[in-house]
Amino acid sequence: MRLERRTYVPLYLVVIAPLAAIFTALLLAAGLIAAAGVNPLTAYGEMLTGALGSRLSITEMLTRATPLIFTGLAAAVAFRARLWNIGGEGQFFVGALITAWIGHSLGVPGWIGIPILMLAGMAAGAALLAGPAYMRLRFGVDEVVTTLLLNFIVILFVGLMIEGPMRDPMAFGWPSSVPVGGEYRLPDLIPRTRLHIGLLIAIAAAGVVWLILARTVFGAETRAAGLNAGAAAFAGISLPKTIMGVALLSGALAGLAGSVEVMGVTAGVTTTMSPGFGYAGIVVAMLAALHPAGVVAAAVFVATVFVGADAMSRATGVPSFIADVIVALCLLTMIVALLFTTYRVRR
Amino acid sequence: MSDAIDLLLNTSLWASVLRIATPLIFGVLGALLCERSGVLNLGIEGIMTMGAMSGWLAVYMGAPLLVGLMIAALCGAMLGLLHAILTVPLGLSQHVSGLGITLFASALAYYLYRLLVEVGDLPPTIEPFQPLDVLGVSDIPILGPILFSQALPTYLALFAVAVMAYVLARTPLGLAIRMTGENPHAVEAQGLNPIRIRIGAVVVGSALMAVGGAFLTTTAFNSFFPGMVQGRGWICIALVVFASWRPGKALIGAVLFAFFDAYQLRLQTAIEGVPYQLFLMAPYVLSIVALVLVARRAEVPAALMAPYRRGER
Repeated sequence: MRLERRTYVPLYLVVIAPLAAIFTALLLAAGLIAAAGVNPLTAYGEMLTGALGSRLSITEMLTRATPLIFTGLAAAVAFRARLWNIGGEGQFFVGALITAWIGHSLGVPGWIGIPILMLAGMAAGAALLAGPAYMRLRFGVDEVVTTLLLNFIVILFVGLMIEGPMRDPMAFGWPSSVPVGGEYRLPDLIPRTRLHIGLLIAIAAAGVVWLILARTVFGAETRAAGLNAGAAAFAGISLPKTIMGVALLSGALAGLAGSVEVMGVTAGVTTTMSPGFGYAGIVVAMLAALHPAGVVAAAVFVATVFVGADAMSRATGVPSFIADVIVALCLLTMIVALLFTTYRVRR
Repeated sequence: MSDAIDLLLNTSLWASVLRIATPLIFGVLGALLCERSGVLNLGIEGIMTMGAMSGWLAVYMGAPLLVGLMIAALCGAMLGLLHAILTVPLGLSQHVSGLGITLFASALAYYLYRLLVEVGDLPPTIEPFQPLDVLGVSDIPILGPILFSQALPTYLALFAVAVMAYVLARTPLGLAIRMTGENPHAVEAQGLNPIRIRIGAVVVGSALMAVGGAFLTTTAFNSFFPGMVQGRGWICIALVVFASWRPGKALIGAVLFAFFDAYQLRLQTAIEGVPYQLFLMAPYVLSIVALVLVARRAEVPAALMAPYRRGER
């Protein structure tokens, strides 16, 4: 048996691969749910109604999906160029932190302040990834380890800021940063829910990223750098420039995730405001086969699992950690599924 | 400031260095073995978490401590096998597969812990490994507590360094592993199977990582709690580069790192007015600095991260 690279990937495979991967992951996780003494079908039923069963649960799920779209895009953009940005979590937090910091005392009206805060979040995220990208280009340091270690550093820094200079005196006991001004809260998309217009911004971002990747020279260079760095360099593409460009775009998207989360949901920053949005973004990107449009769908799926798992856990007693297991299994099954879309098995 | 210097003369600081280094020694040896054969194993953080949980759980359910370590090794080996199958015969991205293993193994460890253990207000505990009195000389001043009264896993870690150094440098097996990381085609030309060698190295290396995780729950602490590995796996990946893929240097790196970690912990109480987070950041910052300093002249195994397919170049 051997593998042969496909010259052309049929459309049905592109659609079926993620579905097959998700199905396999759910099947494998069913064994673990059964081990908890719960019928997996009942559990999955609870998960589905928990995330999609009511108007409120759907808006909660979409609220959760919003940062995942941004972090998923961030991972997808970077992975396409084989820049292994695992620092989405840290970039999310610096984006959130700078937004809360500036947004607390910025003296301009909302319609101009909100874009400024978003740009600040993007700049912070981009700056945080520029460091590791520079270290890779200049010294050959693997960016996986540097971006990962930066996650720990950033979260400690957030803790330092919210216990010190940015401490909110009004938040009794619970360490939280000062909140952004009321005029910088993103308007609700649907009244009396937490769903805010950040979702539309995220979808728009997916569109913009798709345009950049599919319709610009930079996008073509990114793809070339990811497919074959040597050939790309031979063709006259400046790899350092491309990698740095990708790093800035990827970091900006993850930083924007934090910025939008603060303005849309939490107002202030806490060290627990992200249940791993940066890491889950990696799964979202892989499930989407690194395609921006797929990212939106994959983010909705991952958010469904996360929001649904809490409800399922309450109803059946299965530990809610099952959500992380399912999402991680999806990542593993998806990379195998992608093997079959890029290669053909020959005897 | 004189407090900071006094601390350096404190025996308990130096006694804690080897203890803090132990999980790193296991982890860095495991990562080193995988990478020497040409496979990057970013599953380490998750494999260590799984090792911490499974080793602890086995002891909690009544197994002797050493059996706990073996169960942890077995769990690590199985996760390693999964990573090996995905990356070696299937040739999938080692980065993505490793991250997938980390996410999966951590989540599975927490899930199984919640499922199998009744957790009240306080996490349940076990009776951990106790300090030994090696050669009956743990009472001698200074050296006694530092070198001769560690717990058994610490000596196992030091023994593993010696075995790994010997096997890699002096045996045909070690040569085969090193060559597989440099040039798998040459290995195949010798009539050996580079795919099997890589799978074997990843399985054994992952077992070592898991034992490093199990040290946390069976020796350093006596309970398991989420987030307890705290990036030690990633630091091991950095230490492999720092050690330029040599077991002896890996030991030095782990001990140096553990020294800084133990020192910053004590400085926190000695120096007032500095936020404690700055001290906690130090180990991570240090890892990045170490990477930058050595990366330029690092002797990376030439075939690291390059999937090997028969007859394909």
